[in-house]
Amino acid sequence: MSTEAATQHPGLSVRHRLAERGVDSQLLLLLPAVVFVIGLFVYPFLYGLGLSFQPAKGGGAFADYQRFFSDSFQRDTIWKTLRLSVPAALFNVLASVPIAYRMRGKFRGKRLITTLLVIPITLGTVLTAEGLLNFLGPAGWFNRTLMSIGLVDHPVRLINNYWGVFFSLVITGFPFAFLLILSYISGIDPSLERAAATLGADWRARFQRITLPLLAPGLATTFCLTFVLAFSVFPSAILVGDPTGATRVISIAAYQAAYEQYDYPFASAIAMVMGAVELLVIAVVLLWRSRFYVGSTGGKG
Amino acid sequence: MTEKTEFEQLRLDGVGRRFGGQDALQDLDLTIRAGEFIALLGPSGCGKSTALNCLAGLLPLTAGSIWQDSKRIDTLPPERRGFGMVFQNYALFPHMTVRSNIAFGLQMRRLPKADVTRRTEEAIRLVQLEEHAGKLPGQLSGGQQQRVAIARAVVLEPSLVLMDEPLSNLDAKLRLEMRTEIRRLHQSLGLTTVYVTHDQEEALSMADRLVVLRKGRVQQIGTPEELHTKPTNWHVADFMGFRNLLTVKVQEAGGRQVVVEGPGIRLAATAMAQVSSGERVVAGVRPEDLVVQPAAAANGGGNVIRAMVEVVEYQGRELAVEARTPEGHRLHLRTPERVTAGEAISVSVAPERLLVFPLGDEAPPAGVPVLGDGASSSVGAPVLSRAGGEAP
Ligand SMILES: Nc1ncnc2c1ncn2[C@@H]1O[C@H](COP(=O)(O)OP(=O)(O)OP(=O)(O)O)[C@@H](O)[C@H]1O
Ligand SMILES: [Mg+2]
Repeated sequence: MSTEAATQHPGLSVRHRLAERGVDSQLLLLLPAVVFVIGLFVYPFLYGLGLSFQPAKGGGAFADYQRFFSDSFQRDTIWKTLRLSVPAALFNVLASVPIAYRMRGKFRGKRLITTLLVIPITLGTVLTAEGLLNFLGPAGWFNRTLMSIGLVDHPVRLINNYWGVFFSLVITGFPFAFLLILSYISGIDPSLERAAATLGADWRARFQRITLPLLAPGLATTFCLTFVLAFSVFPSAILVGDPTGATRVISIAAYQAAYEQYDYPFASAIAMVMGAVELLVIAVVLLWRSRFYVGSTGGKG
Repeated sequence: MTEKTEFEQLRLDGVGRRFGGQDALQDLDLTIRAGEFIALLGPSGCGKSTALNCLAGLLPLTAGSIWQDSKRIDTLPPERRGFGMVFQNYALFPHMTVRSNIAFGLQMRRLPKADVTRRTEEAIRLVQLEEHAGKLPGQLSGGQQQRVAIARAVVLEPSLVLMDEPLSNLDAKLRLEMRTEIRRLHQSLGLTTVYVTHDQEEALSMADRLVVLRKGRVQQIGTPEELHTKPTNWHVADFMGFRNLLTVKVQEAGGRQVVVEGPGIRLAATAMAQVSSGERVVAGVRPEDLVVQPAAAANGGGNVIRAMVEVVEYQGRELAVEARTPEGHRLHLRTPERVTAGEAISVSVAPERLLVFPLGDEAPPAGVPVLGDGASSSVGAPVLSRAGGEAP
């Protein structure tokens, strides 16, 4: 549309056209971020990528990748990690929705409840793991209570296996998901639901037809973030999991390659696989998200 | 969920709403007959939206009850009342097209698909949005969004349509167009309507009956003509276009005809309520009821105020004039005479157009001069008999 203008006032219109695409002097404000990203992310990433194609034991650029995928002990870590992180992320998102929905308005004590729900975020993985060991262990309160009321004869095994890690991921991931979703929900104009109500929609219909579709992009983003956090699970997989069996997650595999076998190229290859799997899951989620409306939701959030 | 709940009348009985110890709405008694167009009128913060939300069921009452014929409805949630509402900010669903926005209510009533489609298309045609039916609300202009909001509310043929300042976001020309449009819809569909506005002209031109609110209390309920000619107190008068409000003293009280007096002024007027001799009252007159006397007749009559023209605004056939009396009080008037700034004029007012109201408990607000300290206050006392044209 501006080709005509461009031939008439070349100098002016180049500036205009650049500005239209967001290229102007304000772009300089991004400089620190760019330096940061390049120094702390792009460079190490490219370095690792390069390393992963130089196997220590020789045998072609893809030898380490072949080694990873041909060894079921290594390959299974992908599945084991996904089996932990996808359900944990899903649970965190889905459990946050009703609570955030209920808490979207203003009411007395909202700040207190929010604080209580968010406290675990400050605990850190190790403290959480210790707590879990005490609480859910064979001699922990939970099992003692179950046995004293006669519900079970033997302690239920809830740590040093899949469930221990799952609980730990929920405890650390939920506050995060909840906070994000609460802010997304608060950003939806409350008069939309009121309008739906005057049009005859009961709360179920209002939630399904108005709140949920407007919230969907936020849910997708939240899922991606909690998923990525959960996918790189490491301390709790060792502390409250079964690091040689059910919870030998992919980061353990990378750790062992790097610091037990000192095979950095192989560790890099595993890290690359890890990144690829994460990207794949995120791509699927974003694809799902693109089916929804992503514009303004009319609120102040 | 009932389809089209018709009623004979809707009765609000002492409806009130408190917000944390403060009354936003008090003692609202109102009976709405089927087919009526009612305007809720009042200044900002007077409780109009509160009243509307109480009717819609979006705000629980803290006092009183609402009756639809003999059925009590103030305990029903909004979705069970079947009233349509047009929100001040339209509240269109941003993720749905115009068509799905309008169809939403019909779908909620679980009507057969064919009916939903037919009635949706009818409503789209009614508000002339055929070309835009597939767009999202974010892609529409303000006026178009407003029409979607109206179509969405009226497509259900609700027994009552509530509109909260639906025209306040539009420009002057579109406002006039939409005003006619809403009135036309009201007539063609026979919809009972409660319409909130703070624009007295809008209310007078559209409504069958007006309810004037002030500080959460009803001041007056009546037809446009009743409110226009017989405001019950000076607050309503103020709102109804009596731009000249003067604090004066009653000199002769004798039924409806009274004589009021300010420093140097004596005017015959009409009392709108019982007033007694010596009482401080507010006298009000509209700009268009102040008549500029030809220079020859300057000393000819009784009810005359002299003033100096200060500001003249050209408004087509008429001029809007702001004049100042020698005491420094401003008068607003409209006249076809070609007066110019700096000119000394005499203004007469017919006694039946100068309305006198008791002052009430409250101090007169800014704009109403206080008797006696005219010279010191920014808007001085009216009046005069002193000849003289020294400009203030
Ligand atoms: N949620 C609320 N909490 C506390 N006070 C409120 C609330 N909503 C309204 N009020 C108060 O109630 C009074 C009436 O408000 P309302 O919104 O009905 O005014 P309005 O007549 O619609 O004004 P406007 O013309 O500006 O929309 C105001 O004084 C307002 O401060
Ligand atoms: Mg309002």
